[in-house]
Amino acid sequence: MQQKHQGAADLTGDASFVRIDQLTKRFDEVAAVDDVSIDIRKGDIFALLGSSGCGKSTLLRMLAGFETPTAGGIFLEGVEISQLPPYERPINMMFQSYALFPHLTVFENIAFGLKRDKMPKDQIAERVEAMLNIVQLKPYAKRKPHQLSGGQQQRVALARCLAKSPKLLLLDEPLGALDRKLREQTQFELHNIIKKVGVTCVLVTHDQEEAITMADRIAVMSNGRFLQVGQPHEIYETPNCLFVAGFIGDVNLFKGTVEVDEPDHVVIGTPECRHFVSHGITGTLDMQVSIALRPEKICLQEHEPTIEQRESAQEHGYNCARGMIDAVAYFGKFTLFHVKLDSGMVIKATRENAARHEETQLVRGQRVYAWWDGSDVVVLTN
Amino acid sequence: MKTQNIAHALFNNWGRRSVIGIPYLFLILLFTVPFLVVLKISVSETDGIRFQDLLSYVDGAVTLKIKLSNYLFLGSDPLYVETYWSSIKFAALNTAICLFIGYPFAYFMARSPANLRPALLMLVTLPFWTSYLLRVYAWKGLLDDHGVFNNILIWLHLIDSPIRMMHTAFSMTIGMVYAYLPFMILPLYANLVKMDLRLIEAAKDLGATPWQTFWLVTVPLSRNGIIAGAMLVFIPSMGEYVIPELLGGPGTLMIGRVLWDEFFSNNDWAMASAVAVTMVGLILVPLAIFNRYQADSGGVRGV
Amino acid sequence: MIAGYIFLYLPIVTLIVFSFNDSKMVTLWGGFTFKWYGVIAHDTEVLDAFKLSLKVALMSATASVLLGTLAAFAMVRYKSFWGRTAFSAHINAPLVVPEVITGLSLLLFFVFCERLFGWPDRGILTIWAGHTSVGMAYAAVVIQSRLLEMDKSLEEAAMDLGCKPFQVFTLVTLPMIAQSLLAAWLLTFTLSLDDVVATAFLSGPGSTTLPIVILSRARLGLDPTVNAIATITVAVVSVGVFAGSLWLNRQETRRAAEQAAAYREGMQHAVAA
Repeated sequence: MQQKHQGAADLTGDASFVRIDQLTKRFDEVAAVDDVSIDIRKGDIFALLGSSGCGKSTLLRMLAGFETPTAGGIFLEGVEISQLPPYERPINMMFQSYALFPHLTVFENIAFGLKRDKMPKDQIAERVEAMLNIVQLKPYAKRKPHQLSGGQQQRVALARCLAKSPKLLLLDEPLGALDRKLREQTQFELHNIIKKVGVTCVLVTHDQEEAITMADRIAVMSNGRFLQVGQPHEIYETPNCLFVAGFIGDVNLFKGTVEVDEPDHVVIGTPECRHFVSHGITGTLDMQVSIALRPEKICLQEHEPTIEQRESAQEHGYNCARGMIDAVAYFGKFTLFHVKLDSGMVIKATRENAARHEETQLVRGQRVYAWWDGSDVVVLTN
Repeated sequence: MKTQNIAHALFNNWGRRSVIGIPYLFLILLFTVPFLVVLKISVSETDGIRFQDLLSYVDGAVTLKIKLSNYLFLGSDPLYVETYWSSIKFAALNTAICLFIGYPFAYFMARSPANLRPALLMLVTLPFWTSYLLRVYAWKGLLDDHGVFNNILIWLHLIDSPIRMMHTAFSMTIGMVYAYLPFMILPLYANLVKMDLRLIEAAKDLGATPWQTFWLVTVPLSRNGIIAGAMLVFIPSMGEYVIPELLGGPGTLMIGRVLWDEFFSNNDWAMASAVAVTMVGLILVPLAIFNRYQADSGGVRGV
Repeated sequence: MIAGYIFLYLPIVTLIVFSFNDSKMVTLWGGFTFKWYGVIAHDTEVLDAFKLSLKVALMSATASVLLGTLAAFAMVRYKSFWGRTAFSAHINAPLVVPEVITGLSLLLFFVFCERLFGWPDRGILTIWAGHTSVGMAYAAVVIQSRLLEMDKSLEEAAMDLGCKPFQVFTLVTLPMIAQSLLAAWLLTFTLSLDDVVATAFLSGPGSTTLPIVILSRARLGLDPTVNAIATITVAVVSVGVFAGSLWLNRQETRRAAEQAAAYREGMQHAVAA
């Protein structure tokens, strides 16, 4: 096994426990993964988020060893592993379908990997027992996979991966095969177990909610490349491009030009209104930009917002547009409004239903003011 | 998506080669080579009972001798032309009757209660597992001059003397339909049972009568099943030997039987070989059509 | 549909009924008897032929499944190799080529070999070879469809957990396709036991299988011993198929019930939590 050192970078430190270096995978000249580089910290849960065909699964399969990279390298604790077959990598993967062996019991499934390591029988039993305790499936050891519910199967699959104490755990759409009801609960359980064990984890999902709640860091992928890498709140609150803004959650997009460009604030004019942004941007005057605004950041009310309601006095007269409520959809914990602004654009705004009876019911056809804070505005310059 | 797996790459060395190589070698040795032998014999000059080599090397010159007389004879002799034609006719007739009986059969099977279906299916496949030869033989007992049918008809005083049914086109057709009916029913059933019943409900909802629904929705949707079933019946029945031998007569010419007679009775190996080669040619035509259809429907599904 | 079933079963039923007929005229009822069974029990031609058939069927079914498994594996797992199209054509060809041709070509090939090497003589070996070349095609089709529906991630999971490729095959793939191997074996076994056309070409003097005996007797006309043989065959096969499908059905019902129970249990947990 050869060790490749890349310049002065610390390859063995915790910050780059896993290093993916200029990794590319082509299928018939189409790049599924296109020159991707990333360092993953030890103990982190790292999520690869993207729609189907974005290359996230191919990347995961290269980590597991099911695909060979066309170019680039994968380093685990500084050791290049991309040419090792899957059965020689200290990495285990939980499959989307769980891939539990239907002819083996829960116990035998969990013991499967340990037997391959030629572990003595009594130690295997001990280790499997410990795993069953972690996933709380001790009474089910003798059952076959088809005698388990979806959630239980998922926990067996997890236990089977963790039994070998892998250095890296891979999760392929871990909640994809579960009923909606089970998801939320399972999500927390899974997160807790992984954190308790302390294993470094790469997770693939197309579900932004799953990525946001499970991961310490998220990479949003499209066309084989990373568009943005960051902590969940960074990705959500400050997306760096239209794709990321649109992919994670709902968003309203305004198009306009930069009218005032100061180090501490900018003003952007759009047909709807003038936007006051309470931070500087990397742009120039008269530049064409997009503005992204989350629906939950928009307030709707019948009267014009007062100065007191504003974040700062400067914003008065900005970040506010008039319109008419076009549609109302009640979702239980919140209500979604479609507001047709006077410019003709329809925006989405949500209002949380915190109290059982809102005192001011907004109804269809009502004229309202839609307004928001300058700090909630995200300016996308590309 | 093509995936060049690491595991497969590892298996490359000896595992992959033997997994592909062993069955390949076996098939080439016991299928392709023998057929080439047939091809060679069909165009070889006979020298007593030995066949001469096609290529001979005499006085520094390579000579290729191909004798096409067997094929010319096949093409010009009215008996052979008649036989090929009649084989195609019987195979086509058999296919049509099997479809006519098999379609409603499969249709009602597919629409019967789900818990009954496995039993109904098993009843269709059961004769499959019993000897084909014996099932054909059984018709001899039914259709003979002194067979069960004639005896019953005489006993009922519907006829005075036995009707001749054995060794006619009738007896052979009935035997063929009997032997090949399950081959039609099974693919049709597999197709019909998977059909989305909501489409039929939708057709009815839109005002189609049951008859219209059947012809405009059910039948077009089961096209692939019909084609698969037709091929499974048509191709093997062209080369049938046992049924014409046991149930057919002098008037029912089939190529399979002619080949057999050329070989076993006339000992004319070259002629038998030529008949075989022509037969393969005849079978390739419907097969090519079948493959085209399969590829077409595959493309539609892919869209 | 009922008429269809009558059509399918009437000949078989008459075949059975007349095997118990105590009359020289096969189709005239002359009273009930077991005597034809006694006759075949002492008919050495039938018994020897049956033994040979059984031997050939056992050998060729086993070889067919072994070769068919390899062929199916090659087709499903290796998506690109040199000559794959030709390979798939080779696997499917024996299914559509009429048996007279298979028989004729193999015989001419063996005769050719015999002249060159003085081997093989026509007999059990040549029959076996003929049955296996057709049988492996059937076996490959059955096993291939099972391999195709098998979840590929099971094999990947095994590899991920430390199995080398050969271990993946023995520990995971083989148990997964075991049922289809059994089905393929039974299918090729009956095909071999039943084959008459190819066998007629490939058998030599002294190596006659049961179907050849039946055919030669059937050619001559109706023969009550053939009816008796038929009845035994039908009885054995029906019992086998009935028992087999009952067993499969029971397995499936039990499995479905267990699955439903597990699902309910899981949902209750979810609601309670």
